[in-house]
Amino acid sequence: MRVWKFGDDVNTDLITPGRYTITTDQEKLGKIAFIEHRPEFAKEVKAGDVIVAGKNFGCGSSREHAPLAIKAAGVRAVVAKSFARIFFRNATNIGLPLLVCKEVEKIDDGDLVEINFETGQIHDKTKNITLQAEPLPKFIQKIVEKGGFINYLRSEGYI
Amino acid sequence: MGLTITEKILANASHKSEVTAGNVAIVDVDIVMAHDSTAPLAIEAFYEIGGKIFDPNKIVVVFDHFFPPPNIEAAKLHQKVRNFVAKHEIKNFFTDGVCHQILVERFVSPGSVVVGADSHTCTEGALGAFSTGLGSTDIAAAMATGKCWFKIPESLRFNLSGSPRKGVYAKDVILNIIGHVGADGATYKAAEFTGDYVNNANVSSRLTLCNMAVEIGAKNGIIEADEKTANYLGREGNIFKSDEDAVYEEEYEIEVDRIDPQVACPPTVDNVKPVASVEGKTVDQAFIGTCTNGRLEDIEIAVKVLRGKRIADRVRLLVVPASTKVYLDAFRMGYIQEIIKAGGIICNPGCGPCVGRHEGVLAEGETCISTQNRNFSGRMGSPKAEIYLASPATVAASALAGKIVDPRGYL
Repeated sequence: MRVWKFGDDVNTDLITPGRYTITTDQEKLGKIAFIEHRPEFAKEVKAGDVIVAGKNFGCGSSREHAPLAIKAAGVRAVVAKSFARIFFRNATNIGLPLLVCKEVEKIDDGDLVEINFETGQIHDKTKNITLQAEPLPKFIQKIVEKGGFINYLRSEGYI
Repeated sequence: MGLTITEKILANASHKSEVTAGNVAIVDVDIVMAHDSTAPLAIEAFYEIGGKIFDPNKIVVVFDHFFPPPNIEAAKLHQKVRNFVAKHEIKNFFTDGVCHQILVERFVSPGSVVVGADSHTCTEGALGAFSTGLGSTDIAAAMATGKCWFKIPESLRFNLSGSPRKGVYAKDVILNIIGHVGADGATYKAAEFTGDYVNNANVSSRLTLCNMAVEIGAKNGIIEADEKTANYLGREGNIFKSDEDAVYEEEYEIEVDRIDPQVACPPTVDNVKPVASVEGKTVDQAFIGTCTNGRLEDIEIAVKVLRGKRIADRVRLLVVPASTKVYLDAFRMGYIQEIIKAGGIICNPGCGPCVGRHEGVLAEGETCISTQNRNFSGRMGSPKAEIYLASPATVAASALAGKIVDPRGYL
């Protein structure tokens, strides 16, 4: 799992510029993730890679295209110091795991990491350090475990 | 222990006598909105959920983000949404304004719960409602069930006192707040605006304040409804007020009379400076409109500046009324004619060039000064274009000068 490191306040226009989101095609969305902000990302990202970012990741628009594009690109999880609210809900709803970790500075771009989603431990194999993500609220944990909100609603008998 | 207006509305909508910040509540929603940009994904999620729409009368669908369609892809998405609207007999379908302005003019009442697949759904909180932005999956679930889950937010109180100086408007006030609090200063929280400035402000200005609550990360912006709200809406609703001993996580005191005209500099909304500090920056495009500042009152302010003058040759001035109602009112007042005579271009009501999909896209190296709410890189076109955010007065004055100027010399 290679780390793609990003800074603070990465907004939804940087993730998926509005000019590219006139589609619901997930394959297309996967190809436009960070298309102008970091053009090499979508070309080089491998299934299972991880995004590590600073504070307020995903601020801006409510467009669900943003987490969908990241997920469709193959990203396994996003670790950040904090997330913007709507992005947090959207990513959770579509089954893209998010982890909040205050020590993201210790991880660098290109590091190899392993994440234990049960314990929230992030092991940076390049630096041989282990960081602890904050536990998610139980309600959110359940949605993530089911792989998204619709699966959750179904499993709980709401739909 | 007292409750805030946000807690009271959410308690009422979840059929509880009270709710506690931090707890999760399942809330009945009164209005569920999606627009042409977010409805397509919501429709796919809705079909995945299966079943019927809980109440077609409570669903509102608006084409505003790219209407009329600028290309085939956009037209195809519109077609998909039109088919959905027809199949599910959704009568509340509009193509004549920004979704938030449509909701304000026709649907939202004080005390109601509004969810919209658009981050600026916090706007409608200015009417004393709980109104928040969600993504397409949440909106699809709300369309199917009429319910939504919310963590009850802690509230932040912004107490705004004093009278604004000449040339200072609600946009300057909220930009000033954003500059102080930062882009994540209110993440997950309710931003409640109070004080004599808010009480004296017209509803249009209150909508501008709440519109940008999401730019500090807030879940909702909210202002208690009063007589002005009722007069503006022509409907009553259910009035909730914060208790005197309501608990706020933080309280900010803002002296409005100390604020000068503000501008948010690229590439983030919290990069706020006094206009005076960036005076002289040349502009290629000036845009007045959007859910932030596209109402009659905003156009009126711009026209005061433009009246009888001519914009600089280098500038394209775009004015996009927030709705057909605003457009017709502005026409009746003679404002539209004055804008055209000043060299401005009027586009159809909607989001205009705010999202960079049509009607005024920026080239590399161009600069736009706009009344919209976001200045992120690439939002209006080239990622190498720059966007400055300001009040309608500052944008209009800058269009005349061909460069960013303090509007006070033009009023």
